Amino acid sequence: MEEDENIKKLNPVEMKLLTHIIKNEWKTLIRGKWVIGYGLIFLILTDTLLRFGGGGAEVLLSLSNVMLLFIPLVGMIYGILYIYQSREFVELLLTQPINRKTLFWGLFCGISTPLMAAFVVGAMLPLGWHGILAQDPGASVMVLALGGMLTLIFVALGFVLGLAFYEDRIKGFGFTIVIWLFMAILYDGLILMAIFTFGDYPLERFVIAATMLNPIDLARIMVLLEFDISALMGYTGAVFRQFFGTNSGILTASGMLVLWLAVPAWIGLRVFKKKDF
Amino acid sequence: MNNYKPIQLHLFGGLILLLLAWTSVSEASASDTAADIVVSPDGPVVSIQEAVNMARPGDHIRVEAGVYVESNIMIDKKLTLEGIGYPEIDGNLEGHILIIAADSVTVSGFFLKNSGRSHVRDYAGIYIDKAKDVVIENNRLDNIFFGIYLSATERGVIRGNEIRSYERRESSSGNGIHLWNVKDPKILDNKVEGQRDGIYLEFAKGAEISGNRSNNNNRYGLHFMFSDDSVYRGNTFNKNGAGVAVMYSKNVDMIDNIFENNWGTSSYGLLLKDINDSRITGNRFYRNTVGIDSEGSNRVIVHRNDFELNGWAVNIKSSSRENQFTENNFIENSFDVRTDSPRNPNHFEGNYWSHYEGYDLNRDGIGDVPYRPVRLFSIIIQRQPESLILLRSMFITLLDTAERIMPVLTPATLIDEKPKMERIR
Repeated sequence: MEEDENIKKLNPVEMKLLTHIIKNEWKTLIRGKWVIGYGLIFLILTDTLLRFGGGGAEVLLSLSNVMLLFIPLVGMIYGILYIYQSREFVELLLTQPINRKTLFWGLFCGISTPLMAAFVVGAMLPLGWHGILAQDPGASVMVLALGGMLTLIFVALGFVLGLAFYEDRIKGFGFTIVIWLFMAILYDGLILMAIFTFGDYPLERFVIAATMLNPIDLARIMVLLEFDISALMGYTGAVFRQFFGTNSGILTASGMLVLWLAVPAWIGLRVFKKKDF
Repeated sequence: MNNYKPIQLHLFGGLILLLLAWTSVSEASASDTAADIVVSPDGPVVSIQEAVNMARPGDHIRVEAGVYVESNIMIDKKLTLEGIGYPEIDGNLEGHILIIAADSVTVSGFFLKNSGRSHVRDYAGIYIDKAKDVVIENNRLDNIFFGIYLSATERGVIRGNEIRSYERRESSSGNGIHLWNVKDPKILDNKVEGQRDGIYLEFAKGAEISGNRSNNNNRYGLHFMFSDDSVYRGNTFNKNGAGVAVMYSKNVDMIDNIFENNWGTSSYGLLLKDINDSRITGNRFYRNTVGIDSEGSNRVIVHRNDFELNGWAVNIKSSSRENQFTENNFIENSFDVRTDSPRNPNHFEGNYWSHYEGYDLNRDGIGDVPYRPVRLFSIIIQRQPESLILLRSMFITLLDTAERIMPVLTPATLIDEKPKMERIR
């Protein structure tokens, strides 16, 4: 029964409801102003980099460094914070005859898209008025899209964490920080350690597989494919060559990123539907 | 005395007649411009070889548009061959197309295609053998084995030609412009694509190579060996299999060239092998796997070049000594400098490094902290190449920063004491 409900498409009334929830969330957030502040930070950062840093590649790379480090943290904190803060509101809505699925998607989209828009618009405007967007459109669009995607992924993860540690906020925040630290920094350290420990074995496949399991690494690989392809092509191994030198690298990496969005969102939805609030 | 007067008169009259007849004939053939012999598919002269055989030294042969199936056309006297509207000479895949074996020959405006191919002979579109002051201008060569082949020539100009072939295998393609044992050649504004080496020089002395575009060749864009006192300036080398190689020469000037998109495990923007006392200035190295790879090269001055988005901007082996890198821009290369030794016999000073994180308190435009261009990660990669996948990772950045503060593994003396704070324009 429940599975059927999952597959069933949203009817027009629910669709209207969904857009209504999203709209409402947008209004609340913009009234809250700090999403605007978040966008402004990226605007000022990008503009400053462009004024002092010079060339397009330099700025896009600095921007992507900042993006790879902070967007996951902000996204997760933001997601979990929302779950905790709007507890009463969500519970009130749940008393209404609203499909839980509709409510979940409404809340998720209503939260994550403003944050994504803040980054994309904030970074895009200076890139536009300094002419980088026109001069190097492929790389600019890719960095912006990656930032947007990371926002969605990590807000979804934040949601999951918030729902999982619904009663224990300290634990929830603790896990958020630990997961971020692990994904952003420690994970690569572990890969490096594995490479040095098992250096005598063919490791290319393992290394590629390992990076595919971390969304921050995935985004980083895509940045590499854009900016460091000349270095990557200097590597002799056939597997790397196949992965980086053809379209398979970019296709696999973007496919995995979509999966990284779909899986947490789906888990979040399942938890949300079954949860006894 | 009087009796041989009529004979004199006869002779005189005959001479005048002869003169008249001759002038009228030459007037008729030179009716339009200064051409002496016209070759046209409609006749009367239909073959270029025939025209060359008829011509006398100094003549001008005009070839009108059309298709001429001819090969091994031997030019053995001083002639000017001019194509009108790019007449097509089809070599029918046998032998050379044009052979020039005389001084001061000029060939311009032809479309040459289908030379022979061989594993034994170097068949060429235009083969020039032991000739001086030959001018080869504005020709198009298509699907040829070797393009323009100069062997033991002196001076001469190769200008504005377009050479293109389609063989992708290195072993069965020939060089675009091939110079062997030549003196003072000028290779200007040519365009070469899809050959083995775009421009190849061996034992050339005093060559000037300017304004050429050598792209998409199977091996080197420019391959340069045993050629002292040469200059190459303002050329573009893009997407060649292995980039550009300059080897075993001294006193070479490389100025204002562009080296870009040369990717691969043994691909270089510019490979310097046993190059001494030379100058590399004003060049741009963009997106090459290695910008400059230096092996056994000494006293080379690398000044005011741009290295941008290369895998390794400079790979300098410890067999290279006393080279100077000054006032170059190193912008967002994956790695700035790689070297194979903890010692450093070369000099880096006053460059701009986009990875530099120091400060400039006295505001003189020079960073107050020296820059170390060799990263720890570069050494990690030499030990475990797979770790390349961790490039630009936060963890690696932390490791690099730690190493920069307390250098243990990177060469202690390879430093830029006066890194510039801003890009040098």
